[in-house]
Amino acid sequence: MMKGNMIRDYVCSDRTVCHEAYRKMRLIRRFEERVIQLVNANEIAGTTHEYIGEEAIAVGVCSILKQTDIIASTHRGHGHIIAKGGDVKRMMAELFGRVTGYNHGKGGSMHIADLALGIYGANGIVAAGVPIAAGAAWAAKLRNTGQVAVAFFGDGGANQGVLHETMNLAAIWKLPLIFICENNQYAVTTASTFATAGPGISHRAAAYGFPGHLVDGMDVERVMGAVLEAVELARSGEGPTLLECKAYRYQGHFTAERALKLTYRLQDEIDLWRGQDPITRWAATLLERKILSSEERDAVDNEVEAQLDEAVAYARASEWPHPDEAFQDMYVTDYPGLPARGYEWNAK
Amino acid sequence: MTYLQALREALMEEMRADPSVVVLGEDVRQSLRGITKGCLEEFGPERIWDTPISEAAFVGMGTGAAMAGLRPVIEFQIGTLLFVVMDQLANQVQKLRYMMGGQGAIPVTYIVPGSGARPGLAGQHSDHLYPLLMQCGLKVLMPATPRDAKAMFTAAIRENDPVVLFAPSAVMGTRGLVPEGDICAPLGVGEIRRPGTDVTVLVSAPLLAETLKLAARLESEGISVEVLDPRSLLPFDHELLEKSVTKTGRLIVFDDANRTCGFAAEVAAYAAEKLFGFLKSPVIRITRADLPVPFSIALDKYVLPSTEQLERAIGQVMQYRHPLLDVTLQGGR
Repeated sequence: MMKGNMIRDYVCSDRTVCHEAYRKMRLIRRFEERVIQLVNANEIAGTTHEYIGEEAIAVGVCSILKQTDIIASTHRGHGHIIAKGGDVKRMMAELFGRVTGYNHGKGGSMHIADLALGIYGANGIVAAGVPIAAGAAWAAKLRNTGQVAVAFFGDGGANQGVLHETMNLAAIWKLPLIFICENNQYAVTTASTFATAGPGISHRAAAYGFPGHLVDGMDVERVMGAVLEAVELARSGEGPTLLECKAYRYQGHFTAERALKLTYRLQDEIDLWRGQDPITRWAATLLERKILSSEERDAVDNEVEAQLDEAVAYARASEWPHPDEAFQDMYVTDYPGLPARGYEWNAK
Repeated sequence: MTYLQALREALMEEMRADPSVVVLGEDVRQSLRGITKGCLEEFGPERIWDTPISEAAFVGMGTGAAMAGLRPVIEFQIGTLLFVVMDQLANQVQKLRYMMGGQGAIPVTYIVPGSGARPGLAGQHSDHLYPLLMQCGLKVLMPATPRDAKAMFTAAIRENDPVVLFAPSAVMGTRGLVPEGDICAPLGVGEIRRPGTDVTVLVSAPLLAETLKLAARLESEGISVEVLDPRSLLPFDHELLEKSVTKTGRLIVFDDANRTCGFAAEVAAYAAEKLFGFLKSPVIRITRADLPVPFSIALDKYVLPSTEQLERAIGQVMQYRHPLLDVTLQGGR
């Protein structure tokens, strides 16, 4: 199914990294499955964008990054945040709109951020986080910190102007930036094959003179290998890389899509991709290589369930934010009248 | 010292004092607009970066770099380029800290030199779009004098939030005294440029000089005009406005932005809500027409706010007769 300029094979031999990759993919999958239930039960307000089917990309990328490296995520961000080390309790509390959430209930699903972990936020506008990641990469370059930044975007984001502006800038300034295109094949209901000109998104890097590779985004080890090369280039001052990681989103664009009864995908197609499930595949690979036993796998699965039970219980038990919270955090420095309120004068 | 030199002095002093201050923009190394002249020679290419024509990308980069600890100063070659980057300004830089629940800080300064209309630049180079940014909650400054240019640019760079500083074309060439040494004006503090007792004219920077001239002439005709320069549009000095209007009882807002939902509309609405009992006449707005600025110098004056309009409006508020009371409300309180 994969065509294009494939990257060299990579075998992950570090047992801890292998186990951790399985655990994190499983955690993302089960986090998202629980989120769907909680949205449908109206415990989580609004709608969320599930990462199910794409777990190998976030986990493959973040397995190679250091904690000090920076990522900018997308509207489909839960997977990136978990992969980068985010705390599922604080994530779940944020989805519940509670004060213990990452953003004190002011961001929700599309804006979870943890600057301490280098997570510069999920983002509600397609590709808008890309230049923000580039800015972090630029700062790292100016200060010689050795950090790299990763900009996640989708096949939809691949057609945004600001992405192309940033690819050009990253190339001329040789920024330590990695463009990760998560090609899940649909921008909402519009097929990538319909919306994307040329031989493929990965080939667009050539126009800007830096490496671009098509990667099997449902194989965590392939993603790791590709990112390892990209990180080496970035850290050694060689500039950016574009990795088009092809995967498939099992769910609709957002939680409520099912109710719309859309027909843009055939069940056969969904089943075909589900047949290559990244988590099942990785577990099978590890079993075969005798890196993970089935008992160990079951133990991880149970730990994940317990962790998520705890996260949901924590979110449910957490306090709602105090009304004053609504008026806080817009500015580092407030002034009288700022932020303006809708009715009563704020004389603070 | 000219206004432009004052801006340059502020920038260079901040760059000397703080190595995290870096400049991004189009043609800033050659310094097409003059503010960054000498920066490349003194600070080297690592501190001042020419960008491609990619406004959305470099504004977004400024955001990310500020989150990572730099203090970028971003120059807009043309004020209307702000339209091009509205997602990165309105949806990203100003919202991120709030949406993140107060994590981090984003200290970016955007400087817009030569903002507003100049003769012959026509529809796409002439808007003064500060109201749009204020509605998004961005802090907006618009100094009118060389002293304020230095003090407020310094304040903007030191502020730990995004700040937009408009340096209007009408004042860029003006000269004035700038005190020696470190000067920094607090945000949210306006200034009475000329005290008066009959009518308050709140005037935005590009219209200040002609307003002062008119006020001097009207004084000799027996009308005492108080001229209020807000300097900082957001935060805004409501206290000074209240003080002035409770004294004069009349308010005209003479502003260089568009009319609908404009800065003048906000000031007028505030006066109507909070100062109703002190007003002897309706608040009048003089603004741009909601039109692109036409090219021809025979036409642009009908779209831009003018001193003739201001003089008429002053006459109007001084002669105002209340329809129910059928009297002209005279004198002080």
